[in-house]
Amino acid sequence: MTRRLGRRKFLLYGSATLGTSVLLKACGNTTTTDANVAGSPTATTTSAASGDTIKVGILHSLSGTMAISEKSVVDAEQLAIEEINQAGGVLGKQIQAVVEDGASDWPTFAEKARKLIDQDRVVTIFGCWTSASRKAVLPVFEDKQHMLWYPVQYEGQECSNNIFYTGAAPNQQIEPSVDWLLENKGREFFLVGSDYVFPRTANTIIKAQLEAKGGTVVGEDYLPLGNTEVTPIITKIRQALPNGGVIYNTLNGDSNVAFFKQMQGAGLGPDRYPVMSVSIAEEEVKAIGVEYLKGHYAAWNYFQTVDTPANQKFVEAFKAKYGSNRVTNDPMEAAYIAVYLWKQAVEKAGTADDLEKVRMAAYGLSFDAPEGRVTMNPNHHISKVVRIGEVRDDGLFEIISSTDGAVDPLPWNQFVADTKGFACDWSDRNKGGKFKLDA
Amino acid sequence: MIDTLLGIPGLRRERQTRRNLLIEAGIISAIALVLIFVMPLILSGFELNLLGRFLALAIVALGIDLIWGYTGMLSLGHGIFFALGGYAIAMHIKLQIPSTSSIQLPEFMTLYGVTELPWFWRPFYSFPFSAIAVLAVPAIVGAILGYLVFRNRIRGVYFSILTQATTVVFFNFFNGQQKLINGTNGLTDFRTILGASVNAPQTQFAIYTLTILFLIAAYALSRWLTSGRFGRLLMAIRDDESRVRFSGYDPTGYKVLVFAISAALAGLAGAMFTLQTGIISPRAMDIGFSIEMVIWVAVGGRASLVGAVLGALLVNYARSRLSTEFAENWLFFQGALFLIVVTILPDGLIGWLRHQGVNQVRSLLGSRQLATYPSLETDPEVQHEREVLSKETSE
Amino acid sequence: MQLLIEGIFNGISIGAVLLIAALGLAIVFGLMGVINLAHGELMMLGAYTTFVVQNGFRQIGGPLLETYIFFALIAAFFVAALAGLVLERGVIRYLYGRPLETLLATWGVSLILQQFVRSVSWQLVIGLVIFCALFFGALWAISKRSNFYRIRNWAIAILAVLGAKISWEIAAALGRRFGLALTQPWFGAQNVDVTAPSWLRGGVVLMGFQLPYVRLFIIALTLICVVGIYLFLGRSPWGLRIRAVTQNRSMSACLGIPTAKVDALTFALGSGLAGIAGCAISLLGSVGPNTGQNYIVDAFMVVVVGGVGKLVGTLVAALAIGTINYLVGSGTLALISTPIQPLVDFFTFFATTSMAKVMVFALIIAFLQVRPAGIFPQKGRMVDA
Repeated sequence: MTRRLGRRKFLLYGSATLGTSVLLKACGNTTTTDANVAGSPTATTTSAASGDTIKVGILHSLSGTMAISEKSVVDAEQLAIEEINQAGGVLGKQIQAVVEDGASDWPTFAEKARKLIDQDRVVTIFGCWTSASRKAVLPVFEDKQHMLWYPVQYEGQECSNNIFYTGAAPNQQIEPSVDWLLENKGREFFLVGSDYVFPRTANTIIKAQLEAKGGTVVGEDYLPLGNTEVTPIITKIRQALPNGGVIYNTLNGDSNVAFFKQMQGAGLGPDRYPVMSVSIAEEEVKAIGVEYLKGHYAAWNYFQTVDTPANQKFVEAFKAKYGSNRVTNDPMEAAYIAVYLWKQAVEKAGTADDLEKVRMAAYGLSFDAPEGRVTMNPNHHISKVVRIGEVRDDGLFEIISSTDGAVDPLPWNQFVADTKGFACDWSDRNKGGKFKLDA
Repeated sequence: MIDTLLGIPGLRRERQTRRNLLIEAGIISAIALVLIFVMPLILSGFELNLLGRFLALAIVALGIDLIWGYTGMLSLGHGIFFALGGYAIAMHIKLQIPSTSSIQLPEFMTLYGVTELPWFWRPFYSFPFSAIAVLAVPAIVGAILGYLVFRNRIRGVYFSILTQATTVVFFNFFNGQQKLINGTNGLTDFRTILGASVNAPQTQFAIYTLTILFLIAAYALSRWLTSGRFGRLLMAIRDDESRVRFSGYDPTGYKVLVFAISAALAGLAGAMFTLQTGIISPRAMDIGFSIEMVIWVAVGGRASLVGAVLGALLVNYARSRLSTEFAENWLFFQGALFLIVVTILPDGLIGWLRHQGVNQVRSLLGSRQLATYPSLETDPEVQHEREVLSKETSE
Repeated sequence: MQLLIEGIFNGISIGAVLLIAALGLAIVFGLMGVINLAHGELMMLGAYTTFVVQNGFRQIGGPLLETYIFFALIAAFFVAALAGLVLERGVIRYLYGRPLETLLATWGVSLILQQFVRSVSWQLVIGLVIFCALFFGALWAISKRSNFYRIRNWAIAILAVLGAKISWEIAAALGRRFGLALTQPWFGAQNVDVTAPSWLRGGVVLMGFQLPYVRLFIIALTLICVVGIYLFLGRSPWGLRIRAVTQNRSMSACLGIPTAKVDALTFALGSGLAGIAGCAISLLGSVGPNTGQNYIVDAFMVVVVGGVGKLVGTLVAALAIGTINYLVGSGTLALISTPIQPLVDFFTFFATTSMAKVMVFALIIAFLQVRPAGIFPQKGRMVDA
């Protein structure tokens, strides 16, 4: 009885759904076109600048694992916006920031980027930290021909017309630091990184670079994000480098704390095992504890101790707004200058709405940033000074080496065989994102 | 539905059931028509895309409802199946490389020195294979996992913890394989599918429509499974597995089957979600996401298919709105939602509506509550007792 | 030889961290059947307490600073126990016998706690206090009315919304008036630093291998906790009651054991142990909103592998998982199996920390195939629940 009923039900439902689906398919073709008209506003005609405010988007993780780092970048961006507004705004209009939470979840980033562009009609977005989140939103920005300002040092091998990268490319952070280590600290490297794309790409670059310059990699290991048990890695380091050597650290977030605490516990100190980090800045030093980091190194473009008038102003303003115990760091500074560079570009272009004009106006702009004078290149990255710092007692960095002038960015890495000889130039339509340089 | 009609003679009952079914089918097609024809006119492109994604998530909610609501197994690992489905379709799209390109590999591979396409990527050149894989891969993985677990009569909370641990395994594995499947970044930057541009509005609308059809199909399948003999067996397993065993059934096979079906639904949802989001990454196997899926069902109402769909839509809509309104503090609301649902609305919205909603509204309006036992109300003896009692108290 | 000592020591030290994280869980889950997904967040509270205590002692300064860790341990225990008590009385006691629902509820609690440490500031605390005063005050006033039970649910809903609105407005106004002094988060979204006292930094050198003091400290602490719990459960009157309630709740209730009190006590004890664990791990790892999330799954695996309700099982499981994790992750297995090439390749593939985790979890699932109820299953006939 029930079986028959079940089958009959199934038939009924099946035919009902089938019927509807056939019906829908029949009408489907006609409706799609209707839907397009209603459903997809052309992207570049944004209307945010109407009235007396200009809407910009801020898209970072305020919750989840990445909130640790990204929250302060949002603080820096909001500081820059507030400063600009107090000084009269952009083109006489006040900037209004729409803040969205990417929740450390890459699909959410894509969703929120789309929301900011389509619904809030912002004229530009400042956002993202991890490479994964940037890669997630990239198709959205390319699809809508929109504009993202990305403030973090990253692994390169990308050059999008729709993203301005205000952090360092590998040749502005990783490569000079490896050169410095080869010159001053030793030729045997152990690579430690978190298990995600930046460390893996960075290590690919380092390996290629070391091969070219006569260093060796004696081992490498990757920790899952958030993992805090590093005993096996320490064993490996001790086995691979019994007499000391250089450790190149691309760990991110929580793992760093565990790594440095347990390195010290195991007796691997900076005298024999100097660690060069590219993801540890002033905030992280504060979170790890100076005791564990004293004497180790970090490579950045900006340190809080950089001695420029612009930096003094920046640090003071930041502390006044967020509390005297806060510190500034490289990604925060890069986010801060991103807002200013955008403002300059908008003023030069005379419009915030025409993104193509703003983009073209941005090339060649310079700005007296806290880190020194920076210039926006046609490859969407900025020229910046590279510095090596040593952690000192108060948790800030002693700058022990810095390049003579600003280093020009090379998004396509010149040590990796696959991208050797390629460059990027968006000011010239014929060249675009990836073209072969004449040898 | 059947149980409420007990007492009506067989033939009439059958006719009545059929009529109810027709009504239900009518309602569903009406909703589908509204979703497909009216919604695109009301909503903006972004909102429509969001709705499409929520509908995709509703499919996985149905899957969760099947195994949790009806069979009583709380899986905290459906993110795995969701991600597998997503990866299956994404791998197919990533292989749509224009023949003019010099390197016939997805672009991330060349960066990590992969020169030849790994073997497990090859079948995904074929669209039919990928489409089947969306359902089959999660189903097979689910069946294997289910068999290993249920064979040992591991159930209840142990099952939940085990599925959670499996999520960790899969997450770390996918996250660590940079060369093969692009690690943390996952697969993104989709260009073409079946010759159409993935991000073109027409394609997106087609995917949206397809999602609705799949949702209806999933609903029909779940409805068929849960009514009738099979459904009652599932509920029997939920309510007392040992007794089912003593009655001569071996629940293992049924549990494995329903777990695999539910995994396949999750895979389907993952594929549709991926197509509309444009990215699939190991984050879909995050522990939190799998638990969230469960809460959708809990909000809507367990053991109610409509509830599962409703819950998925409502919670995701609320999440999207709240995280916009309170970008910094919305986790408080999410946490509170978990607490409130479990403590105040254990049967979900649908359950509350069915059992208490009517009474609550009535009591607020001041009229008398509906009786728990209607037959008592008409019993003259009870009436008499009441009169006596009320007289005594008034005196 | 050195390989062996290193292997054993490191295995034990990883195991000790797992064990101390899982101890509280073993009690709450093993004895009460409550799945507490907020366990990790209780550990986090313990870690933050350590941070606060450390900063307090830094203010005082002097030689006392070196002993802060002991005070921190005690404080962490009580803070976490208190939080656990509130959790049990406020939520979990309504959910006994429904383990899957406690799982969801405690997950919600864990989300709230994570966000709480991120955004807690004086403003938020003041807002909360006002809300509680308004809400419970009004509820108390209403409960005097005769038709209270009929309007109860509606009253709660309306009061909650109204109270939240009022307290939000007051807090926001205060925040505007006093600025940073009130609105600055106590901890913020960033990690905070806990620095071990100087006598815990460094280690003993033994045959060219350094045993870190912190690890030794944690091993000792774990031992004390295990012995302490063993004695408490086995020898004290309250331990007896806890065991009685575990075995047969209704019979214990009939014999006059206050089961509600026992539940609250057990849960608070388990939470307190989580606090101690949080204090211990703050010496090794990070202290931040995500701290708890990093441990919770591992802790559950330890309890499940060990067999629920058996302390000795938890102990053995923690050590076993720790050792295997170390052997696989450090590449020692690959080294040992040198003669057989395929084995070497196999183990080398898994010899990164992240792949080791995959391997260990896969092994755990395989192990549960052989012994579904863990290493030490509970004996006796059990009624399926």
